[in-house]
Amino acid sequence: MLYREAGQFKTSYGADQQIFPIRQDRIAMAAILAFFFVGVPLLANQYWLQAILVPVLIFSLAALGLNILTGYAGQLSLGTAAFMAVGAFAAYNFELRLPWMPLPVSFVLAGVVAAAVGMLFGLPSLRIKGFYLAVATLAAQFFIVWVLTKFGWFSNYSSSGVITTQKMQILGYAFDTPVRQYLLVLTIVAVMAMLAKNLVRSSTGRAWMAVRDMDVAAEVIGIRLMHTKLLAFAVSSFYCGVAGALYAYAYLGTVEPEGFNLDMSFRVLFMIIIGGVGSILGSFLGAAFIVLAPIFLNVTAHGLFAGNIPAGLASNLELIVFGGLIIFFLIVEPHGLARLWQIAKEKLRLWPFPY
Amino acid sequence: MKRIQRSLLAAAVMAAVSAPAFAAGEQYVGLPSYRVGPYAAGGSGIFGGMIDYFKLVNERDGGVNGVKLTWDECETEYNNARGVECYERQKKNGPTGNTVVHPLSTGITYSLIDKATADKIPIISLGYGRTDASDGRVFPYVFPLITNYWSQNTAKIKFIGSKEGGMDKLAGKKIVNIYHDSAYGKETIPVLDAQAKMYGFSVTHIAVAHPGNEQQSQWLQVRQAKPDWVILRGWGVMNPTALKAAAKIGYPRDKIVGVWWSGAEEDTIPAGDAAKGYIAAGFNVAGANYPVVRDIQKYVYAKDKGNMEDKSRVGSIYYNRGVVHGIVTVEAIRKAQEKFGKGKPITGEQMRWGIENLNIDNAVLKKLGAEGFMPPTKLSCANHEGSGLVKFQQWDGKQWKVITDWIESDQKLVRGMIEESSAKYAKEKGITPRDCSKEM
Repeated sequence: MLYREAGQFKTSYGADQQIFPIRQDRIAMAAILAFFFVGVPLLANQYWLQAILVPVLIFSLAALGLNILTGYAGQLSLGTAAFMAVGAFAAYNFELRLPWMPLPVSFVLAGVVAAAVGMLFGLPSLRIKGFYLAVATLAAQFFIVWVLTKFGWFSNYSSSGVITTQKMQILGYAFDTPVRQYLLVLTIVAVMAMLAKNLVRSSTGRAWMAVRDMDVAAEVIGIRLMHTKLLAFAVSSFYCGVAGALYAYAYLGTVEPEGFNLDMSFRVLFMIIIGGVGSILGSFLGAAFIVLAPIFLNVTAHGLFAGNIPAGLASNLELIVFGGLIIFFLIVEPHGLARLWQIAKEKLRLWPFPY
Repeated sequence: MKRIQRSLLAAAVMAAVSAPAFAAGEQYVGLPSYRVGPYAAGGSGIFGGMIDYFKLVNERDGGVNGVKLTWDECETEYNNARGVECYERQKKNGPTGNTVVHPLSTGITYSLIDKATADKIPIISLGYGRTDASDGRVFPYVFPLITNYWSQNTAKIKFIGSKEGGMDKLAGKKIVNIYHDSAYGKETIPVLDAQAKMYGFSVTHIAVAHPGNEQQSQWLQVRQAKPDWVILRGWGVMNPTALKAAAKIGYPRDKIVGVWWSGAEEDTIPAGDAAKGYIAAGFNVAGANYPVVRDIQKYVYAKDKGNMEDKSRVGSIYYNRGVVHGIVTVEAIRKAQEKFGKGKPITGEQMRWGIENLNIDNAVLKKLGAEGFMPPTKLSCANHEGSGLVKFQQWDGKQWKVITDWIESDQKLVRGMIEESSAKYAKEKGITPRDCSKEM
């Protein structure tokens, strides 16, 4: 009844091609953005901002990066965490060695460095596909972490290989409170998500999807495979690199290469599988699920059973339930949470008179 | 779908309702524990021992000057991001907020240093964490108590020297350092290099990738190098694997000296016979035959309130280390109460003063029933480490046997390196070190 596009006529190509062609979607999007930009900073306390929302946003960005590569261009990658590590260490070194460099420029350059590294490790994708490519990107995962650990230059010869990020300051304005850090992360993530959304609607995005669906056919209709695949690796790694820089600067403050391990790559991969492969919204939903579900289970398990069952059992229960939930969602909707949302939207259009 | 939604909602409501309530007048300590994952053996033992000691203090003494201790656990899975979340979740709990954090992970300690300093909650990283935080002028809220890695390492070289018949005999010897390839594992490389230069022995560093259950190639390198001694800087599953690999290439186990995170029953028993003769450092000893552990048996386990599921682990290395964690926490609370008001819960800031002025000497240890159980320790504004004493123990196939008295570390070398490193950190972060002559 409410969610219906009847009566919304498009009179120009511009109106027909906009991101949200339905007015209700535009209103909803504006409301969501307003809520997160204005409502959340007013309502949320420091715990919610720093321990929940910031990591969810940062992982959403990383998942978005992986989704561009895997979901849109069809290239399976297990090196996400390593590209994040490149971004984190690159931003640190730019700020350390060129102290006059403004922080946003460092973040962009960190993304560019990650993109270059990503393209390098994307080269094998021109020859190998599918699971074999996943193994090639696995090499990136181990190699990059090894390099960052092995050569002291990257961590400014810190005895333990750990870097401590500099204070975040843009034009003399310090991002030192949870609200400011949250807003900074939110702004970067929102802008980059919008760019990604537009990118996948453009000819680039269509080329990616053509390669994903059948690369031989794509080549036949005149899509340059090398160009398209490497561009996907570059854009994806750029997103991961910026996410890594934010992870170091806005979230943990101190990171070690070992923190960006294979486990983290898998977590990001699970995010896009749970959230929805080939969906911008899915990256956000998946990141929220993978980051928040364990915390929710932890609070529930230790809150419900506190004192009644051994703590070790409660911790193991969490993992069991979490694994069960993942399997449950994959069985109920193999296309991820984003698909569930899409179904809900379609139902909503027919409501209250479904046929 | 509707039913699922309803049950999820119900779970959420129940979780919200049953959020732990802490009574006023209690002293809250948030415990970021880990009981699953590759390091669960350490986490469950140490947090179990700490909780049991808190229970003992509550049951036997009625708390610290009448202030009962209270705590809750938050599972970190030894993961930095989860550890930060736990810290943020627990820091406002209890009547006075979180008193002190025991991250029990070098990685989480690193992630928390800035946050805890800003929140004025002290971190005790007992035997792990950031070594140069021993300089209390630059790190007012971080306490790598009793002995840090560098001190321990100098004690280890001293021990090797005594086995060789004097420090001058170390010249020309070959030592291999097998380390866990992480912040924790790499921490001792600079001090080993410095000592190698000082005493004229050569040192080779060999990294083992996390988690360390594959060490064939590393031990082949050891066989080629034919070292006189091997220093094992492992953690978790890496340790038994290393001992088994050493047995395979026939390297004598009594020439392997482990760090204290490589020297627990959980590290040697899985290796079976391969572990016999293996030596490890420790700042606490194994055994249930100390009055403090006997008291825990009497007041906590006799009433079936103990935290350990496997009661045979009471008195093991990790468990006793947990008791040491409990002792320093409780003694620091007691010290802080002496200054800020007996019988009242203290804040994190007051706790910081308590830890900094901690003085656990032999008389205190005797009173606590922990003489010989842990080394005496005294802190100051500049020195956030303490005594730096280490004992060495050898695995005889069934249990750990202490083979030395407390060995002093080379504080002259370590302190110099700490001050150099902390000065670099202070410069990078723009911190002005405190003037300790003005502190009281």
